[in-house]
Amino acid sequence: MSDLKKGVSRRKVLKGGMAGILAAGVMPTIISKAYGYTNEPTGSTVTFGFNVPQTGPYAAEGLDELRAQELAVEHLNGIGDGGMLNTFSSKALGGNGVLGKEVTFVTGDTQTKSDAARAAAQSMIQKDGCVMINGGSSSGVAIAVQGLCQEAGIIFMAGLTHSNDTTGKDRKRNGFRHFFNGYMSGAALGPVLGEVYGNERRAYHLTADYTWGWTQEESMIASTEALGWETANKVLTPVGAGDFSSYITPVLQSGADTLILNHYGGDMVNSLTQAVQFGLRDRQVNGKNFEIIVPLYSELMAEGAGENIKGVYGSMNWNWQLQDEGTAAFTRSFGEKYGRPPSNSAHTCYVQTLLYADAVERAGTFDPCAVVEALEDFDFDGMGNGPVTYRGADHQCFKDVLVVKGAENPSNQYDTLEVVQVTPRAQVEYAPDHPMFGGPEASLGECNPGA
Amino acid sequence: MFGLDAKDTRFLLIVMFLTLATPVLLQPFPETSSLAQFNAGYPDLMQRFAIFGIFAIGFNILFGLTGYLSFGHAAFLGVGSYSVVWMYKLLDYNVLPGLILAVVVSGLFAVVIGFISLRRSGIYFSILTLAFAQMSYNLAYSVLTPITNGETGLQVYSNDPQVLLTEAGPHLPHLFGLVMSDATRVRLGDWVFTFNFGYYFTAIIAIIVFYISLRIFRSPFGMILRAIKSNRTRLDYAGINTKPYMLAAFVVSGMYAGLAGGLLAAMDPLAGAERMQWTASGEVVLMTILGGAGTLLGPVLGAAFIKYFENIFSKINEGVLHTWFGWLPDGLEDFIITIVHPFVGEGWHLTLGLLFVLVVVFLPGGMIEGLNRIAGLFNKKSEKSEEAQDSKSDARESQPAE
Repeated sequence: MSDLKKGVSRRKVLKGGMAGILAAGVMPTIISKAYGYTNEPTGSTVTFGFNVPQTGPYAAEGLDELRAQELAVEHLNGIGDGGMLNTFSSKALGGNGVLGKEVTFVTGDTQTKSDAARAAAQSMIQKDGCVMINGGSSSGVAIAVQGLCQEAGIIFMAGLTHSNDTTGKDRKRNGFRHFFNGYMSGAALGPVLGEVYGNERRAYHLTADYTWGWTQEESMIASTEALGWETANKVLTPVGAGDFSSYITPVLQSGADTLILNHYGGDMVNSLTQAVQFGLRDRQVNGKNFEIIVPLYSELMAEGAGENIKGVYGSMNWNWQLQDEGTAAFTRSFGEKYGRPPSNSAHTCYVQTLLYADAVERAGTFDPCAVVEALEDFDFDGMGNGPVTYRGADHQCFKDVLVVKGAENPSNQYDTLEVVQVTPRAQVEYAPDHPMFGGPEASLGECNPGA
Repeated sequence: MFGLDAKDTRFLLIVMFLTLATPVLLQPFPETSSLAQFNAGYPDLMQRFAIFGIFAIGFNILFGLTGYLSFGHAAFLGVGSYSVVWMYKLLDYNVLPGLILAVVVSGLFAVVIGFISLRRSGIYFSILTLAFAQMSYNLAYSVLTPITNGETGLQVYSNDPQVLLTEAGPHLPHLFGLVMSDATRVRLGDWVFTFNFGYYFTAIIAIIVFYISLRIFRSPFGMILRAIKSNRTRLDYAGINTKPYMLAAFVVSGMYAGLAGGLLAAMDPLAGAERMQWTASGEVVLMTILGGAGTLLGPVLGAAFIKYFENIFSKINEGVLHTWFGWLPDGLEDFIITIVHPFVGEGWHLTLGLLFVLVVVFLPGGMIEGLNRIAGLFNKKSEKSEEAQDSKSDARESQPAE
């Protein structure tokens, strides 16, 4: 310490003191808390955050989501043909940005890991000043980011997340989900499966070991057991396992005649391909053909699994082959830009971005609490799913659900799935305090506008 | 001061200054400029710098001093995080009980793992620690789901006991009422600086543990550890029982990792199993080697470097590249973007890998060696005096002053 003290003279102390007083006087004018809510946009632009998996087992979905989000931003800014803005029942958006501000966006990689996703989201909120985050393949990630957005006081528009928990026990006031969920898949698939495969089957579940897998398995067991099926066994598998052969061999000895794959993305492609390679579908068990079911489908998975998905049943939120105006408009502008039809995860992200922008426009402010109010119990149409309601009690969208199966005779490389049935919304509805959705304890909490 | 000689005191004061001024130093570009992309002065990233700095400092006590390469340090990181979140769930959002528990539990963990793994050295030690970490990861990921909530990650739910939580109390991580996420934004012209309580909390802890590691480096205990690195057999023959020293070093570095994990959960109330994965263990090895193993500041630099890449470089997407190279003629623009694109955005791992190879090949001493060489280029004379100082410090080190 002695050599440090040497240089401190009275002159320096005086100088330092003066600087201190000056700083103290100027400080209050610099520190300004002009923010009514987190990241209130003050310039001529507003920033959205698109947080999707760009690496990991769900990367293919993430890439497609990013394409759709980019397209949505173009349409909001009046570039291109406007896509679903032309068919959307609410006409608040005029193609001149949102509230007159040009929309810009930043992207992040969730790596399909909660930790990385939250870090990416934090940087969007703290560094880039995002008012809304959209995206998140994998429900684990979506739930983690939704929690973060609630704490930070911005809006989370969930992308591809199918777990009951997202709008069930983990529901948050600042979070909204357009995509359907495990319960809806079960409710839509159940009757169709009963019709095709009969009422006496033994099902074996392979389930991705996280919130989505658990709730999807629960929902599928509930709806298949209601048909009279038995559940032979349920086995949890790690996400991103890559090799599922060790999980498939026991299926052969289990006496089950149906395999339900509660897997998604790259995992589902691998497990289905391996199940087919092991000859499961050529087997006869209990005098019946062995069948495989994939409750949650996506075009990208179907593409990845190729031939193996022929005749395999599953459910979807939306499909580009639907015949309505909104679907046609979206598929056209997506196809023109990227040269391929959009997947249902792309669709949900696109719609979520437009829905958020529309809610802001109708509310007249980016204040998250006003946006929440504008979105709750909002009825809309023209987005490819028929008439839809954003239920205020749990922030879940209610709409028709598609039951699909792998196309038997695909006409081109994108014609991988055919729509078997459009299950009407009434059949997949449930009470907000349903036991699978956290029961009466689950609550949205209070809206948080942040700073 | 603080029981250090003049040189070390100056060193510590410089580190303190750098740490405390980080919110300003990492925000060199004005908000409106296109270079603002490279600013890193936002709370979450600064907290990560400090936390992973702590993690790497602790790892360096084991690897840098004794040369024992542990490939399982992420296990302690995860244990620390789970401890803190469990304290949130049982007591309330005050971080202190959780952090204390994190250090204690990870210390106990380290005693067990260290006791077994340290029976072997070299590659066998590395593999043993890796095996333990992967076991912990798999336990957390699936077997112990009731405790860890599996892949979804451990979170606080409204129906948790939280016996100490009052209605008025903060419902976010805090230290006796001071909320971690509280921040003051200071606007100076086009520059915006964010001073965040959570960052200063981690920064002060980081300075304290840096000081502890400095003392360990300069102590007779540190001397023995270095001796183990250069020749353990000789020590054994000299009649020194090296096992307790090794175990102590392992436990201390495990506690550092537990503290870092606890702080991660203190900043963001969530603990995920992926914190225990082998990639996380590998990351800290990279940090230490990249920065300079065995040096005091190296691991911290390495940690900051990797976290900067992960958070800033990974966000450069195609759109950003187009705004950068927009002034070029169309064909050339697309060509350059095609070349650059695989190295930024989701390809940041590739760039990091290349840099790592370059550092290992050309700067075996890590970034610290690079800095020293640059300093040497600018001032031949100071290089000489540095050498003189080095030999002086070597002389001092060879004879521990007590």
